[in-house]
Amino acid sequence: MLTIPRWKAVLILAVALMGILYSLPNMAGPELRTWLHANVPSWMPGKTVNLGLDLRGGAHLLYEVDVDGVFRERGDLMVQDLRTELREAKIGYSSIGSAAKGARVTLRDEGDAEAVRKILRKLDPNLDIQTNGATIEASMNEVSLKSVYDQTISQSIEIVRRRIDELGTTEPLIARQGENRLLIQAPGANAEQLKAIIGTTAKLGFHLVPEAADAGGTRSLPFAEEPARRLAVARRPMITGDMLETAQPSFDQNGRSVISFRLNNTGARRFCDVTRQNVQKPFAIVLDNEVLSAPVIQEPICGGQGQISGGFTVKTANDLALLLRAGALPAPMKVIEERTVGPTLGSDSVKSGRKACLVGLLFVIAMACLVYGLFGVFASIGIIINMLLILAVMSMLQATLTLPGIAGIVLTMGLAIDGNVLIFERIKEELRAGRSILSAIDTGYTRARTTITDSNLTALIAALILFSFGTGPIKGFAVTMCIGVATSYFCALSFTRLIVLTWLKLKRPKAIPV
Amino acid sequence: MIIKLLELIPPNTKIDFFGHRFYAMLASIIILGGSTLMLTTKGLNFGIDFVGGTIIEIKTEVTPDLPHLREVLKELHLGDISIQEFGAADNLMIRMPQQEVQPGAAEADVQRGAIEKVQAALNKEFDNKVDYRRTEFVGPQVGKELKRAGIFAVLIAMGGIMAYIWFRFNWQYGVGAMLALLHDVVGILGLFSLTQMHFDLSTLAAILLVAGYSINETVIIFDRVRETLRKYKKMPMTEIINFSINSTLPRTLMTSGSTLLALLALYMFGGEVIRSFVSALFFGILIGTHSSYFVSTPSLYYLKLRPDPEKPGTAVAEEPA
Repeated sequence: MLTIPRWKAVLILAVALMGILYSLPNMAGPELRTWLHANVPSWMPGKTVNLGLDLRGGAHLLYEVDVDGVFRERGDLMVQDLRTELREAKIGYSSIGSAAKGARVTLRDEGDAEAVRKILRKLDPNLDIQTNGATIEASMNEVSLKSVYDQTISQSIEIVRRRIDELGTTEPLIARQGENRLLIQAPGANAEQLKAIIGTTAKLGFHLVPEAADAGGTRSLPFAEEPARRLAVARRPMITGDMLETAQPSFDQNGRSVISFRLNNTGARRFCDVTRQNVQKPFAIVLDNEVLSAPVIQEPICGGQGQISGGFTVKTANDLALLLRAGALPAPMKVIEERTVGPTLGSDSVKSGRKACLVGLLFVIAMACLVYGLFGVFASIGIIINMLLILAVMSMLQATLTLPGIAGIVLTMGLAIDGNVLIFERIKEELRAGRSILSAIDTGYTRARTTITDSNLTALIAALILFSFGTGPIKGFAVTMCIGVATSYFCALSFTRLIVLTWLKLKRPKAIPV
Repeated sequence: MIIKLLELIPPNTKIDFFGHRFYAMLASIIILGGSTLMLTTKGLNFGIDFVGGTIIEIKTEVTPDLPHLREVLKELHLGDISIQEFGAADNLMIRMPQQEVQPGAAEADVQRGAIEKVQAALNKEFDNKVDYRRTEFVGPQVGKELKRAGIFAVLIAMGGIMAYIWFRFNWQYGVGAMLALLHDVVGILGLFSLTQMHFDLSTLAAILLVAGYSINETVIIFDRVRETLRKYKKMPMTEIINFSINSTLPRTLMTSGSTLLALLALYMFGGEVIRSFVSALFFGILIGTHSSYFVSTPSLYYLKLRPDPEKPGTAVAEEPA
């Protein structure tokens, strides 16, 4: 066991060399880094460690999507459609309203039930219909609930992505989490701006304002600028935000900030028809259930172009135009978790983390050299290679380094020396027990190997479990721990051993300085 | 020839660890009893990760007048807002409790509104020269989930560690390791209860790390116990324990020493954000070493890993090799 086969020695040195090479880009300054990222093929050393949001600054936002709101809306629409259909079919009912994820109607004549069922089937073939005497309740079935759910979430992701892209933020992560949650991680982003553009649903609608406000078909909405004033508008919009082709901030003839828009073909045709039929009547421009303005239709508008006024400032007009271009969110979202780190704290943390690592390394090396002399120097070389290997592996895997992760690296340093300590102490013991140098080193390594394997495996089990069940900082910590355990195992049992055995071969010492 | 510069422990040290176990047990009982008492009376001071709430870290250009600032934020009527210096005089940590939501108001708006009010007040106070270094908001639902997930992760990790030891050694070792783990976790929880330091996600990570460290220590001594048991078939358990602990003593001192040194570097230079995390680790490593020496290893004796030969009538069973 005292000789290492040549191929193994070459392999060990190759791994150590790769560690040095692949960790090197991390020492580069920001300009060289950008150059490396752009010009070096991905398999060559050019990648650097991926810093977590807490180190580079940025926003971590967890949103909850109000899918139930979508269900309520669908239910409302169903009630309206049903009302129209019943009127056309001349079926009398005593009450109609929305129920849980659907509609409920109580008929005057129980005999009409079959006809109503047919109408409901026609409206939506995927309804669960229950008849209880004269009362019929229709609700969306599991399949369509699920598809609405999934559709809402994936649409939300798409819209959020478009909005963030418009801001020009680099590499945002937008992902579904659990049932109805959306995780957004944007490095280096201005969190306030991000929240402002994500938090707005931006649901735009042009609604007619019926003169005789009938209770079923209208909704009373407040004005955005004076919430006390309300206006009853038609429930169903004639134009919706998705019919917009583009929207730009601009100024009207009085120099006020407005939003100029152009409708797509469907929208333009629709707008033309409706305005022709409703000349001299008011209509309301509604954004997220607030009336922005309620102009009177002077003449049919057929060019598909127009302006929206609503007491905007230049900035709000800008933001709203962006939101209208990107499209409305299918459902409102609310922040349920937010972690934002400013750029100054991030760079301070990187600086202090680097310093802590270096000082920690110096402490550990000093102690090792003091206690074990030459063997301490061997161990120290192993630890330095270990640090470089951790950096290299993290760069290659593009694993994320967080602040607790830095703590993990510093601690790995303490633990990395453990392997060497176990071996050296064992060698000392065997020497004292009267073994020859060669046999002491041999048994030292063999005996210590089982102990090191056991202790590293327990640490690895803990780290892997943390990685799979942990969240946020715990996960970042677990990643560095896992990598650290693996590299320190290599460094103690292969790399440092190679140095010790080579020294042994070259010097053939009569006494060992441990 | 290079000489040995420093000898941490003289060779052939023979400290009667097992004989002194009652003192150590007394210490453990005090730690455990005290911790339980603290946990039941004072409880843990959960950070926003687990109960929800908001923290804002700011840096100002002028040194802020804390009592005045407290008054200003109190005027906002947003509950019990605490302001503390965070590492430096111009660095402040503001903690806000979860806001009460009146029926009908949107939860998210209320919480957001509170943050905005505080920011507006701060901007006014410091003439817009405030650097918002960190803002963290956790909703109550998320807090509950994080707590559940965290406890789950800790339990699973401990179960995994125990199962491994059980598998690699023997059930007595598994039970001994579990006792030591419990001892460590309760001890650290007690420390957090005593000092009322904020208990958050990274504290949980620290606890797991300490558990791993302590188990590492335990495994190393267990390894030695197993080896000695095989080598000396007639040696009584008490001596085996003493021998094993003594022969791993230099290693413990060296490894704990260098880990504590590395932690010291982290404490001094790692920045304010992880300082409480580091102090938890510091304490944890001490208590973990204690438990490996005086909880997990002695329990092998009480669990009759090798039946006591002095007692008449007990058959001397050999450990299977």
